[in-house]
Amino acid sequence: MDFQVVVLAGGTAKNLIPLVSKEVPKALLPVANRPVLSYVLEHLEQSNLKDLIVVVEGQEAAVLVGNWISGAYVDRLHVEVAAVPEDVGTAGSLRAIAHHLTAKDIMVVSGDLVSDVPPGAVAAAHRRHDAVVTAMLSSAPVSGPSESGSSTGKDKTKKAGRYNIIGLDPTRQFLLYIATGAEVEKDIRIQKSILRAVGQMEIRADLMDAHLYAFKRSVLQEVLDQKDTFHSLKLDVLPYLVRSQLKSEVLLNGAPQAEENGNQKVNSQSNQVTLSGILANASTPSFHQLSVLGTNGSTRRTHKCCVYIADNSKYCMRLNSIQAFSDINRDVIGEASHLSGYSFSPQNNIIHPSAELGLKTTVGPHCMLGEGSQMGDKCSVKRSVIGRHCRIGSNVKVANSVIMNHVTIGDGCSIQGSVICSNVQLQERVNLKDCQVGPGFVVTAGSDCKGEALAKKEK
Amino acid sequence: MEARRASRTVSDPKVRHVGFFTPDPNPHPGRTPLASDAPVSNSLSPVMILPPRQPSDRTAAVPVPETGLRRQTGADQVPVGSYNPSESLLSSSPLPSSPSSRVGLVDGEFSEESGGWLRRSESGNYASSLPDTMVERAPENSASAAPRLESKKSVEVTGKGGKAVVEEQNEVQSSSKPLKAKTTKAERRALQEAQRAAKASGKEGNKSAAVSQGAAPVKPVKQPAQKKDGPPVSVSVVSFDKKGGDRPPEKERKKDVPAPRMQFDDKSRVQKAKKHAVVKQTEARNRVELFRHLPQYEHGTQLPDLESKFFQLDPVHPAIYKVGLQYLAGDISGGNARCIAMLQAFKEAIEDYSTPQEKTLARDLTAKISSYVSFFIECRPLSISMGNAIRFLKTRISDLPLTLSESEAKAALCSDIEHFINEKIILADKVIVRHAVTKIRDGDVLLTYGSSCVVEMILLYAHEMGKQFRVVVVDSRPKLEGQALLRRLVAKGLSCAYSHINALSYIMHEVTKVFLGAASVLSNGTVYSRVGTASVAMVANAFHVPVLICCEAYKFHERVQLDSICSNELGDPDAIAKVPGRTDVNYLNNWANKENLQLLNLMYDATPADYISMIVTDYGMIPPTSVPVIVREYRRDHVFL
Repeated sequence: MDFQVVVLAGGTAKNLIPLVSKEVPKALLPVANRPVLSYVLEHLEQSNLKDLIVVVEGQEAAVLVGNWISGAYVDRLHVEVAAVPEDVGTAGSLRAIAHHLTAKDIMVVSGDLVSDVPPGAVAAAHRRHDAVVTAMLSSAPVSGPSESGSSTGKDKTKKAGRYNIIGLDPTRQFLLYIATGAEVEKDIRIQKSILRAVGQMEIRADLMDAHLYAFKRSVLQEVLDQKDTFHSLKLDVLPYLVRSQLKSEVLLNGAPQAEENGNQKVNSQSNQVTLSGILANASTPSFHQLSVLGTNGSTRRTHKCCVYIADNSKYCMRLNSIQAFSDINRDVIGEASHLSGYSFSPQNNIIHPSAELGLKTTVGPHCMLGEGSQMGDKCSVKRSVIGRHCRIGSNVKVANSVIMNHVTIGDGCSIQGSVICSNVQLQERVNLKDCQVGPGFVVTAGSDCKGEALAKKEK
Repeated sequence: MEARRASRTVSDPKVRHVGFFTPDPNPHPGRTPLASDAPVSNSLSPVMILPPRQPSDRTAAVPVPETGLRRQTGADQVPVGSYNPSESLLSSSPLPSSPSSRVGLVDGEFSEESGGWLRRSESGNYASSLPDTMVERAPENSASAAPRLESKKSVEVTGKGGKAVVEEQNEVQSSSKPLKAKTTKAERRALQEAQRAAKASGKEGNKSAAVSQGAAPVKPVKQPAQKKDGPPVSVSVVSFDKKGGDRPPEKERKKDVPAPRMQFDDKSRVQKAKKHAVVKQTEARNRVELFRHLPQYEHGTQLPDLESKFFQLDPVHPAIYKVGLQYLAGDISGGNARCIAMLQAFKEAIEDYSTPQEKTLARDLTAKISSYVSFFIECRPLSISMGNAIRFLKTRISDLPLTLSESEAKAALCSDIEHFINEKIILADKVIVRHAVTKIRDGDVLLTYGSSCVVEMILLYAHEMGKQFRVVVVDSRPKLEGQALLRRLVAKGLSCAYSHINALSYIMHEVTKVFLGAASVLSNGTVYSRVGTASVAMVANAFHVPVLICCEAYKFHERVQLDSICSNELGDPDAIAKVPGRTDVNYLNNWANKENLQLLNLMYDATPADYISMIVTDYGMIPPTSVPVIVREYRRDHVFL
């Protein structure tokens, strides 16, 4: 279908800091005991997209991701892993791999997307409207307040767009305005020309930018080339394209692309003019065409920025905050269980056959117990994910938590709403609530923490 | 067939009983021959008719046109005569002597357009009375009548005519009630027919052919013709025979020859077709029964489903996919635009095509194109213009010399497609504009309906030439295409009026000419076009305003269609149930799935040739009766292009 897919897998995201580390880049964070990146890759694979470019920030992370991918998908996917320097942003990442891009359209997917929205739908909407960019929006997650991390720098690590202000046309097919949280504190400035052309704009704050875009390659490359300062697709490129949609600059130099812009063939042949006239008149005019008509024949160029709004029944989340991490883990083994790819037991949980449970230990529904984990007596696990080869003592209560691999938990611990990374050791009677424990950390016996991030000091 | 007839009854409530019923009762062939023709049929009809299919259908389906015309002009009845011959042929083994001459006459009428009244009446009759079935029957008839009939076309016509005759009789009777004058006519007719029937029975039951012709003339105007025919067999009798005899043959026919188009009330076939379908098609549940044979799907689910499969449809070329998506989403509509979009997509696909090993380009590419076409059909039923273009392309592919290399063949095909677009559509439009502009005079008030690109070009061109005229754009829900046209016209400085079709009769007073576009023109002169066109043409006709149809010749089709039931397209029923932008009009919210509610959003209708003064095409301005000539010539043109 002439689409190329770029997965932006990020690097070590700063707002996930206790969870990610040099050893575990964001892309490899486990969600229900699978790296989050696998959700994207398998989702794309289901759509028959098997030639992928995965862009990772940082050389080391790239190696890690590359190793994992080659191990897991060696015969299924054709993946090219490209490393880009850290801090180049999403736009910079694409700039760096621009020479690999050859297809007519490019689909850019964030590597932290956990979703079952068919990417084909976005691509189809893109093609149908012959758009310059199509963004996928989904309704913002209703669950737990997304922690709006104070770090705004890395677009890769941008928090969920809870404060996105999105302007749509009445048919909800075109994007008229987009602004993200930081900008919203100020006034919203909407261009009169767009408003005049559309007549009516629907402003929504309940939509999240899923960070899945389809771009017309020629336009994308042109924008990236011309605007060196653009750092982020979402914060710079997309708003720029949206802003300039009625006085498009992007297509001016790209003469070869002109013919793709259905309504304005600039062909000297009168036949061609008539032809495009017929086509343009017959198709439902978008406000773009109407606004051009309104200006009495001045040949302004326009381009279309479309949106695809995912159905509410679809699951769509980005793992871009710690809260999101817990939410996604919970959902993937809970309400969005079809994403996990596991088969659930009649009790609605997943217990690996090699896991050992002690006496009177209960594992409730929506739980997952990884391979080779052992649990002592009288434990209870509710709505939690426990990784591989964990050793959990007796009388431990785990609720709404994520416990990664090789974690040792002493007797009498109580863990609620927390994330415990790999190789952590919890000594006896530790009480954790809403905490994040970084990899390899040792929590001393009897500690009682609430809402803290515990991690080894990086040397 | 029966159902369709019933539909016709809708238009003329009274008449119908007779017509419908008589055919339905197939079982009673015996009756048909002699018994009191018209009256008998009438009496019988009520019993028979109702059961066959759907009472509900009638209202929706039947094209109104007939009644209006008939009442207006005495000529209407004339067609009966023409019909009758066909009936006779069908019903009985035709007798060579007398019938043949009549048949010839019938043919002549059609082809030559000789008698204005004849044409009109005939066309009107068919359209109204003869439903889809006509075509199907025609072959049978032709087989029997073959010796007599010169061409199949004529046979078909006659067959139609025969049916029409029956209907006419019915009509007459029915009409008699409403109009005093007509009643008298009807009575007279009844008498005449009875007498004739008696004669006929005495002479020859079979001579029906001749009889039929005689019967046709039932109307006072045509009566002379009847006399000529001599033995007017009772029309009703003839019809009975046909039906009795016809039915079994029809079934056989169906078995023998696969129906040209899918009948979507045939569940097994639909099931089969579904297996291959790319687009997920959920059939709409509450379909109007009369239109069950047409595809109708839940519109809501198709688009998202097709979209989500975007990357899974490897065999479909992206350009094809895009156009299909646009059809499905309604982004492209209008015969020309759809055709052009399709051809351009084909061109792109051909450019990217490479012949697999061990296959020949001609065959493999044809198969590819066919698969693309079926994809298009799943997105939206093809228009006739697209069908013609596809046929053109396929013949071009099959005619490719084997000696051509692949790249040469591809280049040749692409240039063929270009030529087709340029010559058959764009140049044709220009020629049509030239012709049509000569019909616009200063001070004219031109009415157009919906949005036709040719009509738009005509108006703009005439405006550029400095002619002083006004335009009335008539529009209708739910598409409101006229608004877009209006916007463009007003932007160019034309003085326009805009109205909805409901107010048509009020605005028609001041109109001097009506320009209409067409999706297709069929060889009996019937114009197949956006639904509502027939009403506009009829009203214009009633006001004695000339109706000019502007249609490129590539849209002509040799099919004969008498009504808009047999072949049509069903739109999204939601479009009529919901009024966009009016939240206060919400009476039908969530009602669409009520079992006792059926929504019908018909896309096209058939305008009988009677109401059409002239067809402006790239071959000149022709009367509707000349369409078959164009079709014939044009086809040859295709081959030699």
